[in-house]
Amino acid sequence: MNDLRLVGRYFGASIRSQLQYPGSAIMLGIGAFLTTIVDMLAAWALFDRFGQVQGWRLGDIAVFYGVVSTSFAITDFITRGFDVFGTEFVKTGAFDRILLRPRSPALQLLGYEFRLSRFGRLAQALVLLFVGAAVVGVQWTPEKALLLAWTLLGGVALFSGLLILQASFAFWTTESLEVFNVLTYGGIQAAQFPLSLYAGWFRNFLIFVVPLGCVAYYPVLAILDQPDPLGAPGWWLPAAPAMGFLFLGASFLAWRAGIARYTSTGS
Amino acid sequence: MELARPYAAAFASRFLLMLQYRAAAIAGFATQCWWGGIKVMIYAAFFAAAPAAAAEAPMTLAQVITYTWLAQALLALTPWSADPEIALAVRTGGVAYDRLRPLDTYALWYVRGAAWMASRAVPRATLMLLAAGFVLPLIGLSDWAWKPPATFAAAAFFAASLPLALALSAAFLMIVNLVVAATLTDRGPNVLFNALTIVFSGNLLPLALYPDWARTALLVQPFAGMLDIPLRLYVGELQGAAAFAGLALQAFWTLALVVLGRWALARVMCRLEVQGG
Repeated sequence: MNDLRLVGRYFGASIRSQLQYPGSAIMLGIGAFLTTIVDMLAAWALFDRFGQVQGWRLGDIAVFYGVVSTSFAITDFITRGFDVFGTEFVKTGAFDRILLRPRSPALQLLGYEFRLSRFGRLAQALVLLFVGAAVVGVQWTPEKALLLAWTLLGGVALFSGLLILQASFAFWTTESLEVFNVLTYGGIQAAQFPLSLYAGWFRNFLIFVVPLGCVAYYPVLAILDQPDPLGAPGWWLPAAPAMGFLFLGASFLAWRAGIARYTSTGS
Repeated sequence: MELARPYAAAFASRFLLMLQYRAAAIAGFATQCWWGGIKVMIYAAFFAAAPAAAAEAPMTLAQVITYTWLAQALLALTPWSADPEIALAVRTGGVAYDRLRPLDTYALWYVRGAAWMASRAVPRATLMLLAAGFVLPLIGLSDWAWKPPATFAAAAFFAASLPLALALSAAFLMIVNLVVAATLTDRGPNVLFNALTIVFSGNLLPLALYPDWARTALLVQPFAGMLDIPLRLYVGELQGAAAFAGLALQAFWTLALVVLGRWALARVMCRLEVQGG
């Protein structure tokens, strides 16, 4: 309980400081809104010109996109500390201060910033998800609502895992590896379309290495009541988001290994 | 000539300095390979799914693929975000030094911004050309490769258009810089202008592939000259009179944005409070 209150205070301070620059806060919100619209704009234009792709319609794409983008938006509210960990903490030596405090380092990084601007993405993603589902005629039942919640949880676990892994690498590189943006922002881009559109090796990467397909493609097939055109068994579709938690667990192992070998930069 | 010397020196020093950031260039290259690869696979799936619509599309799949790799290679040539040096100078008060120099502030910032974009683009474009132009055909994926210019004329038009694209982007970058100077923070303006640039420069989707009713409007807006017009010239989608019109559009928007930028600079500098101590 004490930990939760602490995180709440961290977030409160962060929100107040962001509101000190109202012009920028408004532009950030509009920008986040635009960025997420932008992602769908290309899909809309392509469907407008070509009609369908392998039987998928724009509504299906909106659901795929909505699910993965909602997961990422929720993650993005709270993981800024891990995102900038290399530059702001390891390189500057500020991580020493964090280690001295009687709270877990991961908790303190969680409270580093609560990114207000992500409301734009979250709102946009939820609208797309539910409008898309209505367009393709999804009948929401309690089972499907639960499946959606489980899918989003798996997605948050996977994206948090990616951010923690990115931060862990900073123990070795003393820099934030922006290459990880490929897997977060680029991952949303990739998971926006059904995996069946991609070449086999890329599909396997998205299932077995960074399991983005398991927190978007497979469970969304179950929500849309579609069988997998690539022939995955029916029981696997709703079970797949568990892979997100596996990934998070593996990331925490890397994080602990990193802390164990941390030496301060001394600055 | 003597007048231009400090600006040429500012360009050269920024260009050479930024070339040192090799890790950033490789990270950028990796990102652009990922995005380019996804886009190519998706375009290929759409073109294969609807052969009738594909036949009517204003560009062939091969043209779209070459366009996509070029757009990724030249990404850094678009005003992707405000010049970080100027954002920092505004936040720390360093902007006062730039105002005290016996130089034209607009021209100084303009050449520094142009050097910043050019130096980021050169290594990324080289790596991308190697990967998409040479490695892909070698590993048997020549359908998905970056192809040479359509004709000799297309190559010549592209060569003329590329410097204009840089001049136009640098003029727009100055507008972004001035918004940063006016709001004292770069995060908001960056996100906003980033979204506009991605869509309207053709980076997100070749502008020709948007619905036909939007065609003319998309071609005459200023962002088209930063990426779309040079790339359409390269793949041979703009030819003859249309090619000359494309170059003219780039020149027109560069001039218009420079005039607007100089006016905005004068206004922002009247109101600017120097930060820090």
